[in-house]
Amino acid sequence: MTPLAGYLLVAALLFAIGLAGALTRRNAILVLIGIELMLNAANLNLVAFWRYGPHPELLTGMMFAIFSIAVAAAEAAVGLGLVIAIYRHVRTTDLDEINRMKG
Amino acid sequence: MQEAIPFTPSSVASWIGQILWLIPALPIVAAGFIALLKQPSRKLASSLAIGSLFVSLLLALTAFGDVLAGWVTGHAVRETVNFAWMHIGATTFDLGWVLDPLSAVMLVMVTFVGLLIFIYSVGYMAHDENYTRFFCFLALFAGAMLGVVIANSILLLFMCWEIVGLTSYLLIGFWYQKPSAAAAAKKAFLTTRVGDIFFLLGIVWLFAQTGTLLFYNQGNGSMEPGALAGMLAAHAGLGLSAATAIGLLIFAGAAGKSGQLPLHVWLPDAMEGPTPVSALIHAATMVAAGVYLIARVYPLMSAGLQPSGTTVALSVVTWVGAATAVFAALIAVAQNDIKRILAYSTVSQLGYMMAGLGLGGVAVGMFHLITHAFFKALLFMGAGSVIHGCHEEQDIRHMGGLRKSMRWTFLTYAAGMLALAGFIPFAGFWSKDAILESAHSWHPSKAPFYLLVFGALLTAFYMTRQVSYVFFGEYRGHGHPHESPRVMTTPLAILAFFAVLLGLVGTPAWPWFRSFLTGRPSHFEWAGFAEPGIFTLMLTSTAVVVVGLLLGWWLYGNKSPRADEPDALERVMPPVWRALSNRLYVDEFYGATFIAFYHWWARVADWLDRRVWGGIVAAVTWLFGQLARFNRFFDENWVNGGFDKGCEELSVGGGLLARVQSGRVQTYLRLLALAVVVLAAILIWSSRG
Amino acid sequence: MNVVFWILAVITVFGGLTAVTLKNTVHCALALTVAFAGLALLFLQLDAQFAGFAQILVYIGAVAILVVFAILLTRGSETPSEGVFSHTWFSGLLIAAAVFAVLAWAVLNSTAALPHVSSAPTVSVQQIGSALMGRYVLPLEIVALLLTAAMLGAVMVALHEKGEQK
Repeated sequence: MTPLAGYLLVAALLFAIGLAGALTRRNAILVLIGIELMLNAANLNLVAFWRYGPHPELLTGMMFAIFSIAVAAAEAAVGLGLVIAIYRHVRTTDLDEINRMKG
Repeated sequence: MQEAIPFTPSSVASWIGQILWLIPALPIVAAGFIALLKQPSRKLASSLAIGSLFVSLLLALTAFGDVLAGWVTGHAVRETVNFAWMHIGATTFDLGWVLDPLSAVMLVMVTFVGLLIFIYSVGYMAHDENYTRFFCFLALFAGAMLGVVIANSILLLFMCWEIVGLTSYLLIGFWYQKPSAAAAAKKAFLTTRVGDIFFLLGIVWLFAQTGTLLFYNQGNGSMEPGALAGMLAAHAGLGLSAATAIGLLIFAGAAGKSGQLPLHVWLPDAMEGPTPVSALIHAATMVAAGVYLIARVYPLMSAGLQPSGTTVALSVVTWVGAATAVFAALIAVAQNDIKRILAYSTVSQLGYMMAGLGLGGVAVGMFHLITHAFFKALLFMGAGSVIHGCHEEQDIRHMGGLRKSMRWTFLTYAAGMLALAGFIPFAGFWSKDAILESAHSWHPSKAPFYLLVFGALLTAFYMTRQVSYVFFGEYRGHGHPHESPRVMTTPLAILAFFAVLLGLVGTPAWPWFRSFLTGRPSHFEWAGFAEPGIFTLMLTSTAVVVVGLLLGWWLYGNKSPRADEPDALERVMPPVWRALSNRLYVDEFYGATFIAFYHWWARVADWLDRRVWGGIVAAVTWLFGQLARFNRFFDENWVNGGFDKGCEELSVGGGLLARVQSGRVQTYLRLLALAVVVLAAILIWSSRG
Repeated sequence: MNVVFWILAVITVFGGLTAVTLKNTVHCALALTVAFAGLALLFLQLDAQFAGFAQILVYIGAVAILVVFAILLTRGSETPSEGVFSHTWFSGLLIAAAVFAVLAWAVLNSTAALPHVSSAPTVSVQQIGSALMGRYVLPLEIVALLLTAAMLGAVMVALHEKGEQK
C-alpha cells in the first residue's frame, strides 16, 4: 500500500462517515456537520493527489483545496442561517417532521 | 301467288328520307310536352297532339309522294339511313329507318287514320277529367307506332313495339279505377308478352345467324339475298332450317300483338278502354303491327319459296290465320256488347290478313290491312258515337231504331258494315276477294279457302245482326238518344268516303296497290276481270255475302228482341249458342291450366321464400346475434376488465413511486448517494473490463 | 507509511465517528473540531503547510464556532424524546457503507496506476501569493464575490422579520 493509497482510504472513510451522519441523524445541524466532514474528506483527497502526483510545483491541488475551504465556509454560514430561519417557523429541527415538500 | 321483289340496292336517301325520323319523333316529343302539362290545360294538350300528328301526316304524304314519283319513273325506291348505336366489344348494334313502298303506305295510313281519331277524341273525351293524360298517351302511341313502321333495324322495331305495347296497356287501363279495366290492361300486356318472348328469341337468333340487325344495308342486311341464303342453309333441328325457325319465332310475336289464335284472348277485354282507343289501337294500327311485321320480314318467311309450293313458315301463318278468322267470327255471332262484336270481328279480320300474307304475299295481306284500318276505325268510331248518343249504353239489346235519331251515324256505319262484310263495290270486297283468290290458287290445300269463305258468310251474318239490333226496330233503352256533335261525325264521314272508294286501287282491273308494293308498272285494263277464275270468284264471294246478309235479316230484321228474351239463333240451336256466347270457353281453359299453374307456382315460391330463404336469413341473423352477444361479453369482461385492471396496477404503481417524494430531505440525499454508488460502480467496472 | 500518519488518521476518524454518533449536539460539534484539527495535521504531514493553517483558521476558527452558535440558537442541545437517529437509519447506514465499499474498491484495485512521487515539494507562501494573483486571479475574484453574496444572504436569511416575535 502506497502512502497515497493510505491517504485516499482515510479520506474515503471520512467521507462515508460524514455521509452516514448526514443520512441518519434527525437534527438538521448534524446533517450540516456531516456535509462538512464530506467536504473535508474531499480536500484531503485533493491535497494527497497534489503531493504524490506529477508537477506539484504547479500548486494546482493546494489552490483547489484552499478555494474549497473558502467556499465551504461560506456554504456553512448560509446553511446554518437557513436552519435557524426554518427553526423560527416550525419550532423544530427534526428532519423527520419537516415534510412540506411531500408529493 | 309468290313474289320476288326486284328492288335495286338501296340508294342514298333523298331529303325526305333523311328527315324521315321526324315522323315518329314529333308525336313523341309532343307526348313529352303534354306529360309536363297540368290537367286543366286541355286545349293545349289536344292541340299539341293533333298538331304534331298533322305535321307527321304532311311529312308522310311527302315521303309517299317521293316513293310514288320513283315508282312512276320506273325506279323502285328503297332508301335507308343506318347508323351505329352501341358498340360492345367487336359487336355493333345498328339502328336505322327505311323508306320503301311498304313503309310509305303504312305511314300515310297510320298518320291519316290517327289524325282523324285524334280529332274525334276531342269530342268523345270532352267530359272526361283526364283529358290531358289521354292525349299524352295517344301521342306517345302514335309516335311509337310510326317508329315500328319506319324501323330498318329489328332492334329499333322491337323497342318501338314494346312502347306500343306499353301505351296499349296505359290506354286500356285508362279508367284505372274500374277493376275490370285494370285487369284487362294487365291481361293484354301479359298475353302479348308471351308472344314477345318468342319474338325476342327470334331477334337474338337472327342477329346471331346473320350478324346484322338491319333489314336492308347495301346488300348486307338480314332481308337481303346473302343473309337469306345463309339462314336457309343453316339447320335448326326438327328438319327445319334456321330461316323457318326464326320466321316462326317472329310470327309468335306477331300472333300475340295481332290477336291470332291462341293469344287472342286479350283483344275483346281490351274494349274496356275508351272507344277512340279501341278504334285506333285495337282496330286500325297496333293490331296491324303484327301483320306489318310479317310483311316486313316476308323475305325471311318466304325464303326458299318454290313457284308452286310454300314454305313451312308461310303455311303456319296461313293455317293460324284461317283458323283465327273462323273461330273469332263464330264467337262474334253470339255477343251482345256492341264493342265486343267489333273486337271479335277485328280478330277475325286479322286472321284474314295473316292468311292473305301466307297465301298471296305482302301486297294481298297489306291491302286488306289498309282497307280494314279505314272501315274498322269507322265502325268503332260509329259505335262510340252510338254509345255517346245512348248515354254510355253498350248492350245492343238496349238499343234500336237509331237510324231515325242518329242519321249520320247510321249512314256512315252502314257504309262501314257493308265494307267489312265485303259487299261489292265497297273497299272490303276487293281486298277480301284478293285473299280468296290467293287461297283458291294455293297448291298445298284448298281447306283455307273453304274456311275463309265460311268466315265471310259469318261476317256478313253477325254484322247484319248487329246493325238490326242497333239501328232497326224500336228503341229499347232508357233516355233519349241524340246525334253526336260535328267534331265526331265529320271524321266518320271522311272515313266512310275512303271505306267506299279505297278498294278501287286494288281491283283486278287495276292492281295499282300490288304493283306499287312490288315495284312493277301497272295499267288499267278491263281485261283484268276476264282472267280465268276471277269472275267466278267475284260471283261466289258476292253470293256468299248476300246469303249471309239475308240470313241475318231473316232472323233479326226489324224485330226488336228485348234483353230478357232469348236470341233468335238461340232458339234454333241452344247448345251452340251457349258455347258461342261463352266465347268457346278459351278464357276458362286458360284459367284452369296456365293461370292455375301459375298460382300454384306462386304459392310454392312464397313458401320457399318464407320458409327456406327466410329460414336461412333468420339462421344467419341468429348466428350474428350470438356473435354479437359473445363480442359484448368479451368486450365488457375481458377487454374492459383487463383495461381496468391495468389502470389499477398503474395507479398502485404510481402510488408506490409517489412514496419517493416524501418531502424529507434525507430521503432525497439517500437516493442521490445511491445513484452515485451505482454510477461509480458502473464506471469502475467498465474501465476495468 | 510512518507511525505519525496512522496516529493522525486514527484521531481524525475517531473524531468524525463521534461527531455523528453522540447524542448531545454540542458534544458532536466539539468532536467535529477534533476532526478538523486532525485533518489540519494531516495537511501538514503532506507538506501543504498553507492549506493546513488555512484549515485551522477557517474551519476550527470560524465554522466550528458557527455550528455551536447555531446549536445554541435552535435549542439543539436538548435530546429529542424519540432518539437521535431517524426511523430508517439502517438504509442510510447501508448506503454509506456501499459508498465506502465502492471507493475503497476503486482505490485498492488501482494501486498500480496511482502516481507515486516521493520527493517533497518546497512551497513558499510567496509562490502561493503570486499564483493567486497570476494564474488563479479569476477564481480568486469569483470566490470574493461568492463570499460577499454568501455573507449578505446569510444575514438576510437569519434576520428577524418585521413584527415577528423573537
